[in-house]
Amino acid sequence: MITVQNLTKKYGDAIVLNIENLEIPKGQSFGLVGNNGAGKTTFFSLMLDLIQPTTGHIVNNGVQIDSSEAWKPFTSAFIDETFLIGYLTPEEYFYFIGEIRGRKKADVDHLLEGFKDFFHDEILGQKKYLRDLSKGNQKKVGIVASLIGDPEVIILDEPFANLDPTTQIKLKGIIKDLAASKEVTVLVSSHDLIHVTEVCERIVVLNKGELVRDIQTSKETLKELEVFFGG
Amino acid sequence: MLKHFLTLEWKSFFRSASFKANLAIKIFMVFGALYFMVVFLGLGIGAFYIIEKQGWGDPLLVVNGFLIYYLVGDLYIRYMLQKMPITNIKPLLYLPINKSKIVGYSLGKTVVSFFNWSHAFFFVPFSIILLVEGYSPLGVIGWHLGIMALFFCNNFINVLVNNKDNVFYLLLGLFSILGICQYYGLFNITTYTSPFFDALYAQPWIALFTWGLLIALATSAFTYFKRHMYLDAGLAGKKSLAKTEDYAWLNRFGNLGTFLKNDIKLIRRNKRSKTSVIMSFFFIFYGLLFFTGGIEAYDGPVWKIFAGIFISGGFLFSFGQFVPSWDSAYYPLMMSQNISYREYLTSKWYLIIIATAASTILASFYIYFGWDAYLAVIVGAIYNIGVNSYLVLWGGAYIKTPIDLTSNKKAFGDKQAFNSKTLLLTMPKLILPLGVYALGHYLISPTAGYIFVAMAGIIGFGFRNKVFAMIESIYKKEKYKTLAAYKQKA
Repeated sequence: MITVQNLTKKYGDAIVLNIENLEIPKGQSFGLVGNNGAGKTTFFSLMLDLIQPTTGHIVNNGVQIDSSEAWKPFTSAFIDETFLIGYLTPEEYFYFIGEIRGRKKADVDHLLEGFKDFFHDEILGQKKYLRDLSKGNQKKVGIVASLIGDPEVIILDEPFANLDPTTQIKLKGIIKDLAASKEVTVLVSSHDLIHVTEVCERIVVLNKGELVRDIQTSKETLKELEVFFGG
Repeated sequence: MLKHFLTLEWKSFFRSASFKANLAIKIFMVFGALYFMVVFLGLGIGAFYIIEKQGWGDPLLVVNGFLIYYLVGDLYIRYMLQKMPITNIKPLLYLPINKSKIVGYSLGKTVVSFFNWSHAFFFVPFSIILLVEGYSPLGVIGWHLGIMALFFCNNFINVLVNNKDNVFYLLLGLFSILGICQYYGLFNITTYTSPFFDALYAQPWIALFTWGLLIALATSAFTYFKRHMYLDAGLAGKKSLAKTEDYAWLNRFGNLGTFLKNDIKLIRRNKRSKTSVIMSFFFIFYGLLFFTGGIEAYDGPVWKIFAGIFISGGFLFSFGQFVPSWDSAYYPLMMSQNISYREYLTSKWYLIIIATAASTILASFYIYFGWDAYLAVIVGAIYNIGVNSYLVLWGGAYIKTPIDLTSNKKAFGDKQAFNSKTLLLTMPKLILPLGVYALGHYLISPTAGYIFVAMAGIIGFGFRNKVFAMIESIYKKEKYKTLAAYKQKA
C-alpha cells in the first residue's frame, strides 16, 4: 500500500528524517514511536505532502505523493488543530468534510451515531464553535472527522495525547476495529508505548530521523521498547 | 519590576514576526507616519486661520461645535483598532507579582498608546495659535487640559466597554443619525454639547470636572480588572453562542457550494473578515467623490474608470486580496483533504464574482448622476470580473502572512499587501484599465474607451481556463513555502 524509498528531509545541514526503505502493506495498523524530534510528525507531513522531501519519495497506493494529488480521495489525517476550522460548529465541520469526501448528510449522521459514546455528550448540539471547545474535545472531533468518507489510509499523529483515560480506552477500541477490518491502513504515532503496543500490529521506532527498530508486535514488544527507550 | 515589564515589552515588539518585514516597507511606513504627523500638525496650525478666513465664526466655537463628533469618532476608531492590554498577561498571573502591579502596568500601557498622544498633534498647535491670537491664557489652558482629559476618558471607556458590541453599535447608530439630522438641519446636537466645551474656556476650573471624570473612570477600570483577573472572568475570550447553519440552497452547486457555504460562515463569524466586508461595502460610495465633482483632481474623464473599478471592486480589493490567507489557520487541512487546487481557487473566484455583481447592482443609484456614470461602473465591473479577479488570486499566491481571524488588528491596511510582487500586480489592476480607456477616449471617442476596457475584461474572461491553469501551477509551486509561513503565527 505505502512504499517509502530513500526518503530524506534536511533543514540546512540537519537531517531530520532519513528512511531508506519502508513498506506498509494494506490493512496494517502501523505504530510510529520515538522521542521528541525523532521525525514522526515530519514523516506524517511528508505523507500528506505538507512538506517536500529533500530526496526520495513516498508512493501511496500507486500514487507518488509529491507529484500527484490522486492520493487525497482515499487518505485522511488528523495531525493537529490546524486541521480544524475554528469558526464552524462540530456538526458543520463534519458535514463539510463529508461533502468534500462525497458523503451526504445522512451518511455522516449515521457515522456520527456510532461515536455517540466516544463524544460523551460534549461535542454534538453544544452551541459552541470548534475554537471554543477544550483541547481534548477538539481532538475527538478531528479524529472522528478523519474517519468520514471511508478512507483507506488514516494518519493520526499523537491521537492519545490530551485525551482523558475513558476516551483513550474508547479510542483504542476504535483503532482496533479499524485494524480488524483489514481494509484500512492506520498509521498512528505516540509517545505512549503501552497504547501503541496494544493497538498496532507493527511498531517502528524512529531515533533522530533514523529507523532503528521494526517490530511485529508480540508479548515481548513492550519490554523491548522499554529497554530501548530506558537505556 | 517596571524594568522587567519594559524589557518584556521591548522583546515582544522587536521579536514579533510582523516586525521582520523588509527594509523598504519599514521606510515606507515611517514616511507614512511622518506624513500623517505633518498633516495633523498643519491642520492644528492652519485650522484657526482657515475657519477665520472662511468666515464660519469664532474658530474656537466652531471647533467646539464639532468636538462631540471628534470624540465619538475617536471612540469608534479605538474600539475597532486599539488592542486590549489584558491579552498577554496570562503568563504573569502565577508569578510572585502583585495583581495591582500587573493591572496598573497594563492600564498604564494603554495611556501611552498612539491613540492618546496622536491628538496632541492637532490640539497643541491649535492651542498655541489660540494663545498667539490673544485668547485668554488661563481659558486656553483650561480648555486644552479639559479636552485632553476627555480623550483619556475615551481610552478608559474603550477599555471598559470592550467587546460589548451591541452597546457600541447602538451608540454608533445614534450618532450617525444625529449627524444626518444636523446635516439636513433637522436637529442639532451640538447646540447642547458645545456650551460645555465653551464653558471649559470661559470657566477654566470646569476642567477639574473632566479630570475628576477621568480619575473616576481610571479607578473603576482598575478595580474592574483587578476583580476580574481570572482566567474564567476578565481574561476569558468572548465565546459566542454557536448556531449550526445549513445554507442548503447552496447544495445544488456541488463542491463549489460546499466551499461557498464555508466562506459565508468565515465572513459572518469572524471579526476580521466581517470588518473587511463591511469596508468593501463603503467602497460603493467612493464614486461620489468623482461623480459629484467633489474633488477637482478627479474630474478628468479617465478617472471615471478608476471610480468604476473601485465601486464594483470593493470586495475584490478588501477580501479577494487576502486569498488564501483567510484559510491560513487550517491551511494544512485544505491541502491534505480531498480538494483539488482548481476547485478551491474556483470557489474563491466565484465568491469574488458574485460580490462584484452584487456591488454593481447596489451601485445602480449612480444612474442619478447620469447613465454615463453608471456605465463607468458597469465597465469597471466587467474589467474586475475578467481581469482583476485573476490578478488578486495570482497575487494571493505570494502573500504568506497568516491572518488571525478573531482579531481586528491590522484590518485597515496591512503591510503584507505591500510586498513587492503584489505591488507590481497592482499596476495592471488599476493603471492598465486607465491606460486602455485613455487610448480609446483620446484616439477615437469616450464610447470607444468604454468598449476597449470592457473588451479587455471579456477577453480575460474568455481565457479563464488557461489563466486558472497558470495560477494553479503557481499556487502549487508556492504551496510548501505558504504552509511553512502560515505555521509561524503572526
